[in-house]
Amino acid sequence: MDVEILSRIQFAFTVAFHYIYPPLSIGLGVVMVLMEGMYLRTKDPIYEKMTRFWIKIFALIFGIGVATGIVMEFEFGTNWAAYSRYVGDIFGSALAAEGIFAFALESGFLGILLFGWNRVGPKTHFFATLMVALGSMFSAVWIVVANSWQQTPAGFKIEGEGMHARAVVTDFWQMVFNPSSVDRLTHVLIGAFLAGAFLVLSVNAYYILRNRHVVIAKKAFKIALLVAGISSFAQLLSGHHSADGVAVNQPAKLAAFEGHYDSLAVADLYLFGWVNNSSQKVYGLKIPHGLTFLIHQDFNTPVTGLNAFKSEDRPGAVNFVFQTYHIMVIIGMLLILLSTIAGYYLYKKSLFEQQWLLQIFAWSVFLPQIANQLGWYSAEVGRQPWVVYGLLRTSDALSESVRAEQVWFSLILFTLVYLLLLTLFIYLLNKKIKHGYDEPINQKESIPNYSKRDNPLLDS
Amino acid sequence: METFLNIPYSTWWYLVIGAVFTGYAILDGFDLGAGALHLFFKKEESRRIALNAIGPVWDGNEVWLVIGGGALFAGFPIVYATIFSAFYELFMLFLVLLILRAISIEFRSKEKMIWWRKTWDITYSLASAMLALALGLVLGNIIHGVAIGPNYKYEGHLADFFNPFSILISVTTLALFMMHGAIYLVMKTEDRLYAKLTVLTKNSTIFFVMMYALTTIATLLYIPHMAEQYKAYPEMFAIPVISMLALANITRSITKRKYLLAFISSAVVIAMLMVMVAIGLFPNIVISTIDPIYNLTVENSSSSSKSLGIMLIFVLIGVPLVAAYTSFVFYTFRGKVKLDEQSY
Repeated sequence: MDVEILSRIQFAFTVAFHYIYPPLSIGLGVVMVLMEGMYLRTKDPIYEKMTRFWIKIFALIFGIGVATGIVMEFEFGTNWAAYSRYVGDIFGSALAAEGIFAFALESGFLGILLFGWNRVGPKTHFFATLMVALGSMFSAVWIVVANSWQQTPAGFKIEGEGMHARAVVTDFWQMVFNPSSVDRLTHVLIGAFLAGAFLVLSVNAYYILRNRHVVIAKKAFKIALLVAGISSFAQLLSGHHSADGVAVNQPAKLAAFEGHYDSLAVADLYLFGWVNNSSQKVYGLKIPHGLTFLIHQDFNTPVTGLNAFKSEDRPGAVNFVFQTYHIMVIIGMLLILLSTIAGYYLYKKSLFEQQWLLQIFAWSVFLPQIANQLGWYSAEVGRQPWVVYGLLRTSDALSESVRAEQVWFSLILFTLVYLLLLTLFIYLLNKKIKHGYDEPINQKESIPNYSKRDNPLLDS
Repeated sequence: METFLNIPYSTWWYLVIGAVFTGYAILDGFDLGAGALHLFFKKEESRRIALNAIGPVWDGNEVWLVIGGGALFAGFPIVYATIFSAFYELFMLFLVLLILRAISIEFRSKEKMIWWRKTWDITYSLASAMLALALGLVLGNIIHGVAIGPNYKYEGHLADFFNPFSILISVTTLALFMMHGAIYLVMKTEDRLYAKLTVLTKNSTIFFVMMYALTTIATLLYIPHMAEQYKAYPEMFAIPVISMLALANITRSITKRKYLLAFISSAVVIAMLMVMVAIGLFPNIVISTIDPIYNLTVENSSSSSKSLGIMLIFVLIGVPLVAAYTSFVFYTFRGKVKLDEQSY
């Protein structure tokens, strides 16, 4: 295998592994803010137990997210030197903003979140939780802005030629608000809320089924269901809006999503199917003219197909893009269905008696994870053969001085370390979940710790 | 080239990156140093206290590396791309060590089995020491010069990184961080662990003083370009003088048991060493050992003025914020370490 394919495998592998964690942190952040907010409002210690438990889970996830995230920052330079020189002026400022505004906020306040329960008052602690949650979202903002610029470059000019060609910022805000960044950021954030919410739903469904921590688990389940319900519907809108943008800005990618080849034909919408790239045919269940309708709101206008592009200018792995995209959409629909059914039974006040539903929820944690992963595969593979759409080819983005055996070395190294990391993560997460919320609530231990500042009589 | 106070934006950004890496060396320096000393503590409780002394802050300290990397990418993409791809294996190992160290801290106290804790203690300590050595090796190579040829292509081999001068800088960095870490821990501990650390502080300070002397001689003898700025601007000589005074003040404060003062002094030593390197290199960032025309300088490898201007505004807004909440976190966790139910 050559350096290009090895470097692509390595980047794909490390970024996919990394992306297990940040969506969970972002989503859990929101849920934690709601939980601790409830605690501040009601002063009910049950919410304190809840918050403490999920902060511990958050810390575990966040730790691995940070450790695997630094890898990405290094890899641009180590494996994609030509790319780094080309986009440094633009991508660099987004990364710098991420470090200064987001990451420092998050990591700074995490210490207080974890170790500060007895050292700061409840309000300060809540503020720290809020800052950590916001920090993790700000991170997403800058990273998605940078990636969106690669999809739909804007606010720049090209300077120099050949080895010395580079994109230079001409309008910062146009660069930040490039045509796809708002749609994609919304889509990514909602995907993250779903990931976090379904983790909380899943774990609490498990407790309820096992008849453990039932009182806490029901309350936590409801908080997470609120987040999941709103997010799953919002994701449908955001997804539709995002796809509309892709149709305008990256027609080759949209055509690959649906396996649409002929530009003169109206386009169908597939529920599922299989693309044969050589015969340019899709076999599957379709809504005739569906894609045309979604994009043009009529049934007759043709949609730009893959054949409108030279074969070296369009994605080759059409079936891969098609499948990842469609499975993502199907999962999105399943999440809407699940939260609607749960909402219905909650309204009927019999949610926690539906064993079968809780059973499904206990396993549901994997659904948004898979959808988030597949969505990115679809977006990134669908952009190929470009690393910066229409400007820089992936094959021109590599490091000149790096050889295949060096990438083999690092790829094997990362595979081993990440296997270890994943094993430990699952083991410890499982252990924490098995251990559960700290019960029974020990009045002597928890109350004085927390109310010291409110009640001077307890101070000793 | 746009300027602010008659200094070009690119030079400002060189100073910003220098400041961020200095901040990183001071902050992560003490927790890497504490890690390198970890195996000197024999009792389980001592190890937990040592770990919890850095517990709430190590993650925040590491952020400075992330910011530094981002700042280098943003301001000098050519330097970032050239160095990171040239030092490929070194940076990959560095990343793996960083990950192993982070998971050792996170996972060590999650199980009670002796073999579990021992394994993570050893991983944590070795990874910390090797990270210090690796950082020193990179710095050593930057000071020494790198085989950069035409079109930013690295023309050397992996073995070239392990030249005697860079190895010397590497060991000096470890010694510096061990001293810095020991002083930090001695501030944070009591009783028997404190007594043990007073001894470790003295020994690691002696180790560093020796390495510092050796490094100074070696630099003057073998790396003449580092001294040129000082010949041109003799007033720059104040910097090494301040570093010497700060170093002397460490030994003085240790004897008087004023450890906060000793810690501040060792932070000053680190800062002055970084300033000396920055002055010595300027206006180059990476010196080519093949031909000076391939040197990567502040001028020829920076981002556009427009981009640098935007980022300088970020820094003006962001840095006071980061400084404010970093101080808040350190203030919250001031004083001696007490183990409680939230500890590692």
